[in-house]
Order: sequence, then structure tokens, then C-alpha cells
Amino acid sequence: METFLQQVVNGISQGSAYALIALGYTMVYGVLRLINFAHADVYMIGAFSGYYLANSSLVQTTLGTSVFAAVVVMVGAMAICACVGMLIERFAYRPGRSPAPHVLPFWLGILGAGFGYQAEGGAIPIFFGSSVGAMVGFFLERVVGIRPERRYSSLKVLIVAIGVSLFLENGGQIVFGADPKFFPQIIPTRPVQIGGLSVDSQRIVVLGVAILLMVLLNLVVNYTKTGKAMRAVSFNIDAARLMGINTDRIIAFTFALGSALAGAGGILVSLMYPRIDPLMGIMPGLKAFVAAVLGGIGSITGAMLGGLIIGLAEVMAVGYGQSTYRDAIAFVILVLILLVKPTGIMGKGMVDKV
Amino acid sequence: MTAILGVRGVTRKFGGLVAVKQLDMQIEPNALYGLIGPNGAGKTTVFNLLTGVYRPDEGAIELEGRRIDGLKPSRIARLGMSRTFQNIRLFASMTVLENVKLAGHLSRNHGLADVIFRTPRFSRDEHEIERAARELLEIFKLDTKEDELAINLPYGSQRRLEIARALATKPKVLLLDEPAAGMNPLESRELVQLIRSIRDRFGLTVLLVEHNMKVVMEVCERIQVIDYGETIALGTPREIQDSPKVIEAYLGGA
Amino acid sequence: MKGWALWWLVGVAVLVVLELTLRGVVGPYNYQILGLIGINIILAVSLNLINGYTGQFSIGHAGFYAVGAYTCAAVVVYGGEAIRGALPFFPALAQDAVLLFLGLGAAAVVTAVAGLAVGIPSLRLRGDYLAIVTLGFGEIIRVVVLNVDSIGGARGFAGIPQLANFFWIYLFVLVTIVVIHNLVHSGFGRAFVSIRDDEIAAEAMGVDTTRYKILSFVISSMFAGIAGGLFGHFTMYLHPNSFTFLASFYVIIMIVVGGLGSIEGAILGAILVTAGLEVLRGLGPFRLVTFAALLVLVMIYRPRGILGSWTLFGRKSGAKARPR
Repeated sequence: METFLQQVVNGISQGSAYALIALGYTMVYGVLRLINFAHADVYMIGAFSGYYLANSSLVQTTLGTSVFAAVVVMVGAMAICACVGMLIERFAYRPGRSPAPHVLPFWLGILGAGFGYQAEGGAIPIFFGSSVGAMVGFFLERVVGIRPERRYSSLKVLIVAIGVSLFLENGGQIVFGADPKFFPQIIPTRPVQIGGLSVDSQRIVVLGVAILLMVLLNLVVNYTKTGKAMRAVSFNIDAARLMGINTDRIIAFTFALGSALAGAGGILVSLMYPRIDPLMGIMPGLKAFVAAVLGGIGSITGAMLGGLIIGLAEVMAVGYGQSTYRDAIAFVILVLILLVKPTGIMGKGMVDKV
Repeated sequence: MTAILGVRGVTRKFGGLVAVKQLDMQIEPNALYGLIGPNGAGKTTVFNLLTGVYRPDEGAIELEGRRIDGLKPSRIARLGMSRTFQNIRLFASMTVLENVKLAGHLSRNHGLADVIFRTPRFSRDEHEIERAARELLEIFKLDTKEDELAINLPYGSQRRLEIARALATKPKVLLLDEPAAGMNPLESRELVQLIRSIRDRFGLTVLLVEHNMKVVMEVCERIQVIDYGETIALGTPREIQDSPKVIEAYLGGA
Repeated sequence: MKGWALWWLVGVAVLVVLELTLRGVVGPYNYQILGLIGINIILAVSLNLINGYTGQFSIGHAGFYAVGAYTCAAVVVYGGEAIRGALPFFPALAQDAVLLFLGLGAAAVVTAVAGLAVGIPSLRLRGDYLAIVTLGFGEIIRVVVLNVDSIGGARGFAGIPQLANFFWIYLFVLVTIVVIHNLVHSGFGRAFVSIRDDEIAAEAMGVDTTRYKILSFVISSMFAGIAGGLFGHFTMYLHPNSFTFLASFYVIIMIVVGGLGSIEGAILGAILVTAGLEVLRGLGPFRLVTFAALLVLVMIYRPRGILGSWTLFGRKSGAKARPR
């Protein structure tokens, strides 16, 4: 009985991490009908941001291991992820939908910086490379007049999403190095006795933070004006625009929120499983995606529920069944749910008008 | 005379809304039958029920005495009932000729193996399908445009193409969903002629849903009026025009 | 002699000549690349049938690729001795050919069955949901393979004899192109495209959309299985890591970059992506970063693919209308 409850606790904390990531997927799908494959990699960036922040001399010397340090790391990582999320939206997804100048300079600038980095000479080749890239980009955009195609196609955005995901994963391998690193234990792990159970203090903190964030999200979505605007956009983007809602800003905000949560998820998971590497987002990302679909893609409560179910299912399967098939559990659930009730637990169906 | 298309006590609900309520309809062979009613009366729902897009919650639909409610639309089409759509649904990436050739596949005499190995049987069949398609296009005066992309045609031609395409399935009953929508008076007059001539030439039965009263009164020999999913009048064009219930339904209060 | 028979004879002769001379001319490394390009062409052209022509968004192609690869390899490795034993009077080359054909035949059949098993439940779904469920199935297949030890599991399946070479690969490339071309330029092809353009109208015109979607899906997966069989016997080693959803994405990228909905586009896309990835190899780890960035840019600026609406034999189905 003890181990069972132990497993349940593990499952819930695992599940809450999946839930945080799933929320990002579901919110973006809600407003844009887009499956943001790059979301999983924002999660990875969150973990690495936390890593570098926690190891930075600033945090190490001034704050050491304390609640304050943990909060700084967490908030910092979330802020970084929010920015990354907004950049992705602005320079990868928006061009197909709204006017989005400077796309070419942005990407070519990054590529240029990459070339400079390869040249190995410190900061100067990087700066030089990115400037050249940006200038070529501006030239192509202003002088030659290359414009993005403003026609929405879900296949097109899917491929763009895959491209961004590959970009972040491989870019991460170059910038962070492909070898795994170990996330510092900024929250101490100690067994705590709760009603006869010995639970890891770390897991309690993880669970607590996750719940706090979900509550905050709920407040924002349901009780603020911006949240209301988000919900309006997810119902009908054209109507929302006609009502005077600045849809571009709301969408950017949605990405920022979702990415921040993914970043938080990254930190929380790295606390429980300290081994981090640039490809760490792939599997959790897929599973969180399944969780979002399970709960009903587009539904926030659904994402939370879905995450919990997947987390529990996985832990149970590993604990009591075949561990080598662990990764398949999420997909089997996915396939079953899609064949039985594609709109998920909380979802509403959408009807074709003939 | 027994009806070629019969609807008995058909009901269809969408959530709490009853779109069609205990509807009866009996259409005789070779009839030019009209179905009219104010907006939201349930006309398109009836069409969708007849063609298998929706399944009736209650009641039965029969084509040539055979039950067709609950069958897939493609099955119903193959049994001899074809339709056009309110907002034209042509195949956007296919040419005019290809749109019509598609239906030829229903009556093909060759199989997958013939296609892959390009047997003589395949070539013969393809030629026949193409010939029949061209013949149809000629009748509809679209033969000069056969290689144009279907959606590049002017609106009136697109409507004619949709009808031609529906005829390519060699139907016994043809359902026309607001064929005069968006047409000017000249085009509407031509449409009236066209519908009458194809009924005569192909021995079809035609069921028409239409808002353009002039077209309805000139084409139809029998008209059924529905409102809120129920029949409120049934008779010849003259009788319908004089019916106070119909007038009230169209002009009536809340 | 009939026209087409002559063409086939010429084709086979050219391939034989190439097989005998190519390795000497371009070197073993490039020979390998050319072989992989051929396999990718089969993958791309077959995926194009279901994604491009029929408009059903499937991203689980790698699953069928895997099923075919492992089936073919298993048949040859475990049944090879018995089969060779049954043909003692055949020269070695002929024995190899028979073995390969049997393996590929088994691969095609098993993959077709898998295609039915996946297709029948999945093709009821539309759009994004279909994409996700095919992705799920692809991953399930991969994890199952990972756990079956008799075909190597996590260690990989080694010791596969090299029965496939440039000749065999490109022979099947020709077969694939001809079959799919003939299929597409027929009533079946019109039915597929009608489903893509407007499923409801297609049904109304008597096209049993479920049946045709499944047919397209099964044929598509079958050729992926054949490509897999060839792959295993060309690289002589199989590991589940070659069959992740990333592999599925690569094939999708090939058909989109080349121009969705055209056979020429799929071929061009396969060549460009495979060769492009090789050319970029000089950049080291930066290779995939550049590839990814280029992919994003191509999709933003020219999503219709490089060929756009152009096609070798007249107007492509899928060509966009002129603006009114």
C-alpha cells in the first residue's frame, strides 16, 4: 500500500510537469489552431536557462541554496522562455498571418552569427557574421522585395514548427554542447514524513509550485481582461479582431504565457531528474502533447487533467508492468483517445457546415 | 402513380433545435418539384437528409421503393440520386472536363490492375468516359472551356458545370440546391429553359430548392412549402401563390 | 515490340551499365548517397500519393518504412538458408535476386496489412487529428520493434546480407514512379484528387471516400515497406533510431519542398533534401541548424515548394487558380 501511494505521489508530480508543458500546447492551439512542435524545445531552454542561472557566480555567491535563489532561478528562466516564445511567434508563425517585417534579417542574422561562431575567434566573428547576415536579409527584403506568402495552410505552419524545433535542438547542441549536464540541486531533497508515508521534499515543492502556477494561470485566463481577450480569440479570431482586440498582441501574450509555463516545467523536471541535454524536450514534449489531446486540445482544464493522467499512467506502468514499453504508453493512450473521442475529455466537437 | 422519391415522417434534430418535423414528401417520376420556404425553414436540411449527409432521427426515405435513409452519400449517389450545392462545390484543382469525368468512374468496367498495367480495356474505358463527358459538356455549352480550371470559370458557368457534373452520374433524381443564386434575370431565364430541357431529354425527376420565386413558379409543376421544418402548403404554382398561409409565412410576424 | 516494353528494356540496360560502372566513377561514398537518394525517392513518391494527391495528412510513414525493413530483413536472414537450399542449381546472383524478391514481397504484404490496420480506424479522422494519430501509430511501431529481440531490438539488426544495390534500388524507383503515375492519371487518380479538393462533393458524386482513402493509404504504405526492405539490404544494418518521427518528417519535408501533389516535385524534393543534407555535412554540427533555418525560410516565403505549380506533363493537379 505504501509503495502504491508512493507511486501515486510520483505520478502526480510527474503529471504536473507534463501538465505545465501541455498548457502551452493547448493555449497556442486554442488561439491559432497550430500545434507548436517547437514548444518542447522551449521547455529545454527553460532547463538550460535555469542551469546557467543557478551556476552563475551571481546566484552562487550572493544567494547560495535558499528559497530566494530558487525563486530567482525560476522567475529568470520563465522570463527567458517567455521572450523566446514571443520571438518564435513573431519570426516564424506570424509571417504567414499578419504583416511581419524583418523576418529575413532575423534568420540570416542568426545564421551569420552561427557561421561566425564556427570560425572560432571569440565575439568578433560572431558579431561580424550576424551583421553580414542581417544586412543580406535587409537587402533581400527591401531591395529585392521578397515577401512572405500570406496564405494560411496548416501543413505549412506544421513544417515551420518542425523547422523551428530542429533549429532549437541542434542550435542547443552547438551552444550548450551535446553532452548532458547536471542541474544543481537548488532545492534540497529530504525525506519528509506525511501520515506514515515517506515523501521526498523536492517532489512536494515541485507539486506545490506547479499547482501555484496553474492557479495563477486560471486567474489570468478567467479574471483578467487579457485573459478574456485570449478566450475570445480562441473562439473566433476574426470576430475578436472586429471587436477591436489587437489579435497580434494577444497571440504574442499567449505564446509568452505558454512558454513561461514550459520553462517552469523544465526547471521542475530538472530538479527531479537532474540530467539535462539539448534533446531532452523531445519525449516529454510528445507526451505533454498527448496529454493536451487527451484532455481536449484547446481546453485548459483538459490539459491539466490530461497531464495528470499521463503522468500517473506512466508511473504505474513502469512500477507494475513493462518498463521498456514506457514510452509507448503515451502513444497507445493517444491512439485510443483519438479513435474513441478525438475531442478529448473536455473537448467540444466541431461540425462541418454543408 | 407510385412515387420515385418518398419521405415519410422524417424528423431531424440538432441538439435542442428541431430542424425537420415529421415531414412527408412524395415526388412522382419525371416531376419538376419545388421545395420552398423562408430562410431557416429547413430546406437544406431536407436535402442533406435525402442525400445521406444526415441521418433522420425518425422516419423513412425511399428511392424507387428502396430504403435509403442511413446510407452513405456515395451509395445513394450510385443508386441514382445526384445533387448540386448551395455554395458551389466544384473540384478546385481539376479542369472542367476532369470534374465531369470523375463520375465516369462509377460505371467503369476496369479495375486497379488494368490501371497499373495500362491494359487495352483501360484505354477503351477511358476513351468512353471522356467521350461521354465531352458530350455532356456540349449540351451545357461548356465544351470550349474543357481545359480550364473549374474555378476560373465565370459564376454562371460554374453553376452549369455543377449541374453537368451531377448529370454525369446518370441519376434518376436530380436535386438542385438554389441553382439560381447569384444569377441575373437573363441567366435565370436560361436556367429555367435548361432545367426543363434536361428533364425532358434525360427523363429525370428534378427536385428544386430555390429562393428566386420567378424561377420556382416557371419551372416547377408541383411545389411544397415548409416552415420551421413542417409542411404548410402543397400544390401547383397557382395554388401556392394564392395560399394565405404561404404569404403569412414569408411576410409574417415573429 | 510494344513501345513500353522497349522503354523498360532500355531502362534496365541503363541501370545495369550504371551499376557496373558507377562505383568506379564517383567513388563508394557517393555511390552510397545515390542509393539512399533512390530509397528516399520511393518514400517521397509514395507518401505523396496519400498526402499530396488524396490530401490526407499522414505523418507516420516511418512506421511502414520500419515494418517493411524489418520484415524483409527477417525473411532473408532467417529464411535465407532454406530458400537457397531449395534452389541449388541457380547461380549465386540469381539466388540473391530470388531472395530479395521474396523478402520484398513479404515486406509489401505485411506492410499493406499494417496499412489496413492503421488506415481503417484512422482515416475516419480529419486534418490535425489524422496527423496526430498516424504519428502515434508510427511511434508505437517503433517502440514495439525496439522490444523484439529476434530482430535486434535496441542493439540493432546486424548481419543483413547486401542484396540491394544501385540497380535494384533504381529498378524499384522506376516501378514506383510508373505505378503511381499510372494510378494518378486514371479514374482512381481523379477520385483521390476529388477527395482532397472537396470530400463532401466527392461523396455526392458517388466516390466512396472511405474506400479510396484506405486504398491510397495502403498503396502508399506498401511502397514505403518496399523502400524499407531495400534500405535494410543496402545498409546491411537496421536500428529503430532510423525510424523515429523525425524520419517521417524528413519525408514530408521532401514532398513539400519539391511541391506537394506532383510526382516530379516529390522526386526533386527527395534529391534536394538528401543531397542537401550531405552537402551541408561539411558544416559539421552546424549542418542541421542551417537546414532547419532554410526549411523555415522556404516555408515562409515559398510554401508551394520549389516547383510550385510547374509539372513535366502539362498542368499539375493542385495548381492554384489565377486571381479573379
